[in-house]
Amino acid sequence: MTAIELAEAVRATWPETVVSRGELSVVLEREELLSALERFRDEPRFAFDLFLGVTATDWPDAEPRFWLAYELYSMTHRHRARLKVGLSADDPAVPSATGLYPAADWHERETYDFFGIVFEGHPNLRRLLLPEGWETFPLRKTEELGGVNTYYRGGAFIPPVDKRTS
Amino acid sequence: MTDQRTGTPDELASERTSMPSPGVAAGPGVDAVFDPDASDAMDYVAETETSDEAGGIRQETMILNMGPQHPSTHGVLRLLLELDGETVIRCQPIIGYLHTGIEKNTEYRPWQQGVAFVTRADYLSPFFNETAYALAVEKLLGVEAPERAQTIRVLLMELNRIASHLVWLATAGMELGAISVMLYGFREREEILDIFEQVTGLRMNHSFVRIGGLVMDLPDGALDEVRDFLDMMPGRIREYESLLAKNPIWVERNVGVGVLEGQDAIRLGVTGPLLRAAGVDKDVRRDAPYCGYETYEFDVVTRTDADCYARFEVRIDEMRESMRIVEQCVSRLEASSGAVMVDDPKVGWPVRLEVGPDGIGNSPAYIKHIMEESMEALIHHFKMVTEGVSVPRGEVYVPVEAPRGELGLYVVSDGGHKPYRVRMRDPSFSNLQALPHMVEGGLIADTVAVISSVDPVMGGVDR
Amino acid sequence: MPVERLEGFHTGREAEDEDEETLKRGLLLTSLDKAVSWARKQSMWPVTFGLACCAIEMMSTGAGHYDLSRWGMELFRASPRQSDLMIVAGRVSQKMAPVLRTVYDQMPEPKWVISMGVCASQGGMFTNYAIIQGVDSIVPVDIYVPGCPPRPEMLMYGILRLHEKVQKEGTIR
Repeated sequence: MTAIELAEAVRATWPETVVSRGELSVVLEREELLSALERFRDEPRFAFDLFLGVTATDWPDAEPRFWLAYELYSMTHRHRARLKVGLSADDPAVPSATGLYPAADWHERETYDFFGIVFEGHPNLRRLLLPEGWETFPLRKTEELGGVNTYYRGGAFIPPVDKRTS
Repeated sequence: MTDQRTGTPDELASERTSMPSPGVAAGPGVDAVFDPDASDAMDYVAETETSDEAGGIRQETMILNMGPQHPSTHGVLRLLLELDGETVIRCQPIIGYLHTGIEKNTEYRPWQQGVAFVTRADYLSPFFNETAYALAVEKLLGVEAPERAQTIRVLLMELNRIASHLVWLATAGMELGAISVMLYGFREREEILDIFEQVTGLRMNHSFVRIGGLVMDLPDGALDEVRDFLDMMPGRIREYESLLAKNPIWVERNVGVGVLEGQDAIRLGVTGPLLRAAGVDKDVRRDAPYCGYETYEFDVVTRTDADCYARFEVRIDEMRESMRIVEQCVSRLEASSGAVMVDDPKVGWPVRLEVGPDGIGNSPAYIKHIMEESMEALIHHFKMVTEGVSVPRGEVYVPVEAPRGELGLYVVSDGGHKPYRVRMRDPSFSNLQALPHMVEGGLIADTVAVISSVDPVMGGVDR
Repeated sequence: MPVERLEGFHTGREAEDEDEETLKRGLLLTSLDKAVSWARKQSMWPVTFGLACCAIEMMSTGAGHYDLSRWGMELFRASPRQSDLMIVAGRVSQKMAPVLRTVYDQMPEPKWVISMGVCASQGGMFTNYAIIQGVDSIVPVDIYVPGCPPRPEMLMYGILRLHEKVQKEGTIR
């Protein structure tokens, strides 16, 4: 099914469906996420069985602040979809997709690592890429690019990045 | 320090830290200072005991740490293995030792400079990273690179695929003991790197594919070099096959090892040669063609055995298919001519480079044009080089078929001159999740064979 | 760029100081000193510390085309206890830094460090939270080889300069 056909099929349930540049994006509430994933996976005309990834984008001036994007792919029909969930800054928690898609495991850990979004129900939500004990969530827009201490001998200080190209 | 001598297997679930706990010794203005003289700071190996006293037999499982500095882990991958004798009971990969913060860095530099960052993620397939990024930004802009640029992109990508598979072959051979294969793989790779150097100027991490096309056209003589390479390569691949394919040691170590069936692979998010070796024919080049791939003739190579040997066969045949595509590219390029950068002055990189007596530099004709002939061209050049492209709001996800699987770039723009969010869905990141599934239950020596058949590149995994 | 072979150029000591030191050590010890330095530089064994893209270029340098075996260095020892050279090839992240220090500490004396590539030398293009801006804040570096990644010839030039440094420095440090 093309993106437009998919959009027509899902618009009844989730009215905030956008097709832009040939790609389908379905905007969901946090509570609808798991039922939507299940429907996308199990319904035969959708059959999104390959979970490609989940990531987040930080819009610090907008409400909701964090926008998760789930990428899905169907092996049988060869179509793609993106699910988007908006989370507010004071409660960045969302149910984990690992129950439905085991592939979501490390992607959710990485998103937690970078943004601090808690995936409830994840079996092992720890930092993945940054060292254990790292205190900040670096990919948030409120975090600086540099200017952190090296953690090791002599404490050589990495100066903040000079933003030369404004 | 944590007492690691009396841990239980459950502590495998909590990451064994290789770092001292913060607060070991803190100086002024420093969060934590690593003190290498602390004797128990680096105690990697621990033993756990589970005693079965009823039968009078004491069983011990050993927790062994493999990596991150290890000759066989394909880069800085760390594995925590719980072993019962030689059998792996549990395997926990720990990654992040090469985390570079590429995604955050792209948010601070103009769109064009994103290519230089993105290309260093999966450093064995730089052209794929660059092309995916360029395609994503072009999709946001709504432009398409000219046809000659697309053909050259395909040519370079397929040569890169062959080079990447050669590194896989070299390291896989070396890790399983066939050390001469390492030398052969790198010997062939030097030929390809010579071609890359002639075309782009660099052997690795080229930053050649740009938004809207390419930096420059192919130099004279490059296509002849590619033709020479195409003449030489099939014989070399036959050499590898005759060396390895029926070799009893190779067969024994690879057949039946690290089986990952198709359904499990899909559930774990695995793509690429691992998936194709399990019988599932998924290839982005055929399913969602980009850069004109629908006009080329090539087959998607699959096998059904889903073990390490099948992956070996898949990659060898993929090298042959790539050469077929390169052949078609070369014939098209010899017959065509044209621009390699899109014409729009608000999008295309304005500089026209040319090889002069002192190396690559701005072509004198172009300098004459902007300095003497057209004020508007000068203004466009100035704005493009200092400010950069301005990309409309939106988000896209563009997949390409990298040597390791589906590489997807998820790019978000807020309408400005810098990317708002660039996320690389790297194939090795998802493939590595399947590693415990393939390794548990096997021997520790099979772990090495499995890792080399998964072919992870830690730069892509950690970004 | 041709290598200049000026006496004492590389270690910064003047020719007169060299003679004085020679006289101080005595002629016999000098010959022994030189012989030991020569033996040390002739077969330095690197430890496998390839991290990122520079590691691939390091492997290319060790492969057949640009052969490291001509200086006895094709044997990359996996165990730091059996090696005397650490070529830090690639970007060192915050998580990897203690591992780097451990491996360096596990190497027996005499040992040398080549920092290969700009990422290892000063952080490279990644001026951010994740990368150590130069491994010389963690281990003492003898030779810095710039490049992103450095060509095999550049790495070989760095290795040759290290050999000269080892020969000039002598065993009494």
